[in-house]
Amino acid sequence: MTGAAARGCRDLPVLRERGQREVFCGLTGIIWLHRKMQDAFFLVVGSRTCAHLLQSAAGVMIFAEPRFGTAILEEKDLAGLADAQAELDREVARLLTRRPDIRHLFLVGSCPSEVIKLDLAKAAERLSAAHAPHVRVLNYSGSGIETTFTQGEDACLAAMVPVLPATSARELLLVGALPDVVEDQALALLAALGIGPVRVLPARRSADLPAVGPNTLCVLTQPFLGDTRAALMRRGAPMLAAPFPFGEEGTTLWLRAVAAAFGVPEARFTAVTDAPRARARTAVAAHRATLEGRRLFLFPDSQLEIPLARFLARECGMRPVEVGTPYLHRDILGPDLDLLPPGPVLSEGQDVDRQLERVRAARPDLTVCGLGLANPLEAEGLATKWAIELVFTPVHFYEQAGDLAGLFSRPLRRRALLRPTIGLEAAE
Amino acid sequence: MKLTVWTYEGPPHVGAMRVATGMRGLHYVLHAPQGDTYADLLFTMIERRGQRPPVSYTTFQARDLGADTAQLFRTTVQDAYDRFRPEAIIVGASCTAELIQDDPGGLAGALGLPVPVIALDLPSYQRRENFGADETFLQLVRHLARPIARTPHVSCNLLGPTALGFRHRDDVAEVTALLGEMGIAVNVTAPMGARPADLARIGAAHFNVLLYPETAESAARHCERAFGQPWTRTVPIGVGATRGFLDEVGTLAGTDRRPGEGRLRQPWWAASVDSTYLTGKRVFVFGDATHAVAAARIAAAEIGFEVVGLGGYNREQARALRAAAKGYGLEALITDDYLEVEAAIAALQPELILGTQMERHIGKRLGIPCAVISAPVHVQDFPARFSPQMGYEGANVIFDTWVHPLVMGLEEHLLHMFREDFEFHDAAGASHHGGHAPRHLPAAVRPEPAAGPGAEAAPAAAAEGGSMPPEAAPAGAAVWLSEAESELRKIPFFVRGKARRNTEAFAATRGITAIGIDTLYEAKAHYAR
Repeated sequence: MTGAAARGCRDLPVLRERGQREVFCGLTGIIWLHRKMQDAFFLVVGSRTCAHLLQSAAGVMIFAEPRFGTAILEEKDLAGLADAQAELDREVARLLTRRPDIRHLFLVGSCPSEVIKLDLAKAAERLSAAHAPHVRVLNYSGSGIETTFTQGEDACLAAMVPVLPATSARELLLVGALPDVVEDQALALLAALGIGPVRVLPARRSADLPAVGPNTLCVLTQPFLGDTRAALMRRGAPMLAAPFPFGEEGTTLWLRAVAAAFGVPEARFTAVTDAPRARARTAVAAHRATLEGRRLFLFPDSQLEIPLARFLARECGMRPVEVGTPYLHRDILGPDLDLLPPGPVLSEGQDVDRQLERVRAARPDLTVCGLGLANPLEAEGLATKWAIELVFTPVHFYEQAGDLAGLFSRPLRRRALLRPTIGLEAAE
Repeated sequence: MKLTVWTYEGPPHVGAMRVATGMRGLHYVLHAPQGDTYADLLFTMIERRGQRPPVSYTTFQARDLGADTAQLFRTTVQDAYDRFRPEAIIVGASCTAELIQDDPGGLAGALGLPVPVIALDLPSYQRRENFGADETFLQLVRHLARPIARTPHVSCNLLGPTALGFRHRDDVAEVTALLGEMGIAVNVTAPMGARPADLARIGAAHFNVLLYPETAESAARHCERAFGQPWTRTVPIGVGATRGFLDEVGTLAGTDRRPGEGRLRQPWWAASVDSTYLTGKRVFVFGDATHAVAAARIAAAEIGFEVVGLGGYNREQARALRAAAKGYGLEALITDDYLEVEAAIAALQPELILGTQMERHIGKRLGIPCAVISAPVHVQDFPARFSPQMGYEGANVIFDTWVHPLVMGLEEHLLHMFREDFEFHDAAGASHHGGHAPRHLPAAVRPEPAAGPGAEAAPAAAAEGGSMPPEAAPAGAAVWLSEAESELRKIPFFVRGKARRNTEAFAATRGITAIGIDTLYEAKAHYAR
């Protein structure tokens, strides 16, 4: 898959920018993490802004009492820090009394808690001791001064790694929060290949937490887990490198890397993957006609941009113009960069006003961007796809390849349907 | 420290954004970390705005904290001016920037920009969104409005409408039309739609109409002191309040002219015999103080409901709410703790909730219908059609909006007569709401599964088909294997019925008799469009 002719974009120079960033902070990861870990609670120690962000990012308030909340700092907490620690103890005790089902409590740092240097590590240690053995308390930072959107999940998982039990067993560890249906498909594929035991981080329940050691072969399912990867490597766990499992090709290469490590015979690999590969190709083909040859511009959002651009370019025939990412981790994304056909500008970080100038000049057929930019760009006549849907929708592995392509083709099909009536008189 | 699950109001800088985004030619430079830009989507998504809010964020990071965040702020202000050329700039700090104490006002003032630069002091750890809007508008008026001669003909200003306000767009249109019928011109509507230059001539109006005390009472009081402009105390929501408001305006303007009531239908709609069934229905009212007080008055005096609970989340206006509650023999519930509101509603078990989007969720959980009367707003609160709350058309809209969630007259009787009918159980909504079809039938009233008990996997499937049950399986139809069945259950309920039907149709065309996971996904690929 590599080779001189196919170096793709690995060595391409990157346009690095800094300025206003139109992205979420790491707290947003709580929206999916609290659903994934069914006996965990995420307590943000922050401000009203943090609470308002979580509420707005969640879009709808679908949960009676969600497994997250914000301990809102008030004027009196800012006056003296000892006081804030005591307040935190009180709020946590109240919370755990009301929610006896909680086994894992994450204290999540925010911009204000980081700026006032509220020591949540110390608090987690103290609270863990106080509520052991029933509840384990960990801390991580989802603050906007340190994390961008999906980096919140990275920080959360990285915080879990040091407390994972040790093992010397030869196991496969899938790293990254996936929708349950997708995770089950991945596990079924791996089981059919005869690979096992397979464990998952994060586990759905704290009782199923994986162990880690020098024989734990780790493979990422999400590209934004740089710190988690480093933490696992510090525990001596070897890491498999592969393109990410988006689309037929990405999924096959990802599975192949795992299968090679476990010595799965080619015949078996083919027997297991042929049917789902064919299905994935069929499903993607339905969208390819809409996407083929269309020019694509990705604003930085979730760090999924490079693997997605690879999928859209190679399997859907799109032509990426600019691929923006909040943070480019070359070691993790190397295999995807190798496959990404040369042509696009790679940009890292953001100065949103400058990037908007570039997108206006490029006039791409489809712009992938955040919710704050989508309607304004539509009003300027550009078709857009909300990036956040890529994080909130099952898109990994074979059976979702068609759905993933569909997320990008739908705005174009919709535009074609509505073109006669679009007046572009968007509300002011 | 206070544990919060959901909040009724955002932080105060979001209030400032509502003012800035409602206006034109104004730019807001906010000293804030990455992530605070989430607030943009409130305006672009909920309100469907076709422009980004006029806000520049400094986006400082952890590594900047040891270096020079003040310089970053200066650069951002200068860049924003150069790029957007606003007529005036407001500057301030979000919660995090407040802690690093960079003095945005001083820094921006020192740049010597050729436009007014107004500093906002919005204490993030004490105050909230409505305060932020009210204070921002006050500062804008204080800095920009100048003494000026009154207009030759009688005119007024409309104060308070902002971006992301509950029906502000349509209220302004309705009130402007009513005033027009009385021969009163609108001098300036602000903040919504106004430019900084318009604020300069606010003093030309003969009086002020305060539409929303939550966002503009401070500005109205300032104008009274600075320009001698009286302001209206009555907010024209409801028939009685609209008439009272028009009388108040007539007195201020010195005119006996009143708008015709030809288009006002609400009184007859409430009086007609079809509405008899509304009599004495127990309602719980919660929202911002202005809308909650108005809703309670309409409920009691204009529709004939019984107000069993009344409350609001904004303490700034709590006095009005307490006084109103006393009139119904109630104690006002003043809280921004969502769980407390839920507990109050659960205890009172009203027949209708008049609340915010938060209470709509409470209602969904408790099985109580709800009509939304107040912010915090949701995309549904920005309808495409003209839909004011104020004035005569507002009264018409309110009647329809409140009555719609209820079970209609004769249907209500049928429900009492045939309580055991499985379609009439308590969780079933009104029959004119297709979307509220029962989802969780109690076991006792659950219809019998379509397939016989012989088929091993099918019965469970039929029962959980919800509002889209599968058609009765003819003899010889494919059977769902349990693994495929559990796979199907992982598909969201609202597309599950479609997935089931597609898979079965696919199986039938292929002569497949046992549906496995593969069949499910073969079908999915087959129907992929």
